[in-house]
Amino acid sequence: MTLRKYLILAAVAVFASCGDVCLARGIKDFGAVTEANWHQLFGVVLNPWVLTGIGLLLLFFGSYLTALSWADLTYVLPATALSYVLMALLARLFLHEHITLSRWLGIALVTVGVGFVASGPAVTPTLPRWEPRDSETRFSNGTGSDA
Amino acid sequence: MTSTATWAGIAAIVVTATTGDVLQARAMKEIGDLGAIRKSQGILQVARGVLTSPWFMSGLFFMALAFFSLLVTLSWEDVSLVGPASASLTFIANALAARLFLKERVDHRRWLAALFVAGGVALLAH
Repeated sequence: MTLRKYLILAAVAVFASCGDVCLARGIKDFGAVTEANWHQLFGVVLNPWVLTGIGLLLLFFGSYLTALSWADLTYVLPATALSYVLMALLARLFLHEHITLSRWLGIALVTVGVGFVASGPAVTPTLPRWEPRDSETRFSNGTGSDA
Repeated sequence: MTSTATWAGIAAIVVTATTGDVLQARAMKEIGDLGAIRKSQGILQVARGVLTSPWFMSGLFFMALAFFSLLVTLSWEDVSLVGPASASLTFIANALAARLFLKERVDHRRWLAALFVAGGVALLAH
């Protein structure tokens, strides 16, 4: 793992949380989706908050795909889970949602989980035809080692 | 809106998001390191490789379904419940699906990470 790869994982978390918070802010302008107004939902993409959210989520998507191209799904998902911590903090700051004690506990658990997976190898040997593809994560005889 | 509808929405998000994630992880594993491809063949080749992958396109379809399920469910319930609840269940579903369909080696460390993160995210919903 290089600094560049850690930066990409951080970008995944930051873009995902900011994007989700913007979407949530935008959909609140629309109100509850019901049987009567669901067809107007497509117009909601013109809301500036939703537009910003979509832009941020596109950036998230690019960095997420890049991460998946050199790491396992079961590595990328937990490693980028700090986005939920960020999302809780942003929801408190900008959407004025309340953070209770159990939420702080949840934040602690997520952080521990991220620490677990981030300290392990980013990629494990899988189907033979998918490896090796990266000089940094090359295996011999199918036995993995920390990249 | 009833909580039954909220949980049905969350279930829809989990199923579509997991399917999308697995299809896209499979696409990216087949294409290879995007950074390396960009360096050797340029950004256009990266875009071409990604956009012509049937795995990627079907993954994109399921991600779009997940996005609209999320949008609809968010209109019924706070993001601080829907986000963490769907995410924590998606973590568990993804660990199972990655093991089954991607043949990833989900070792103790990764199971623990998935469980800790899922539990933490669930607590965030309170």
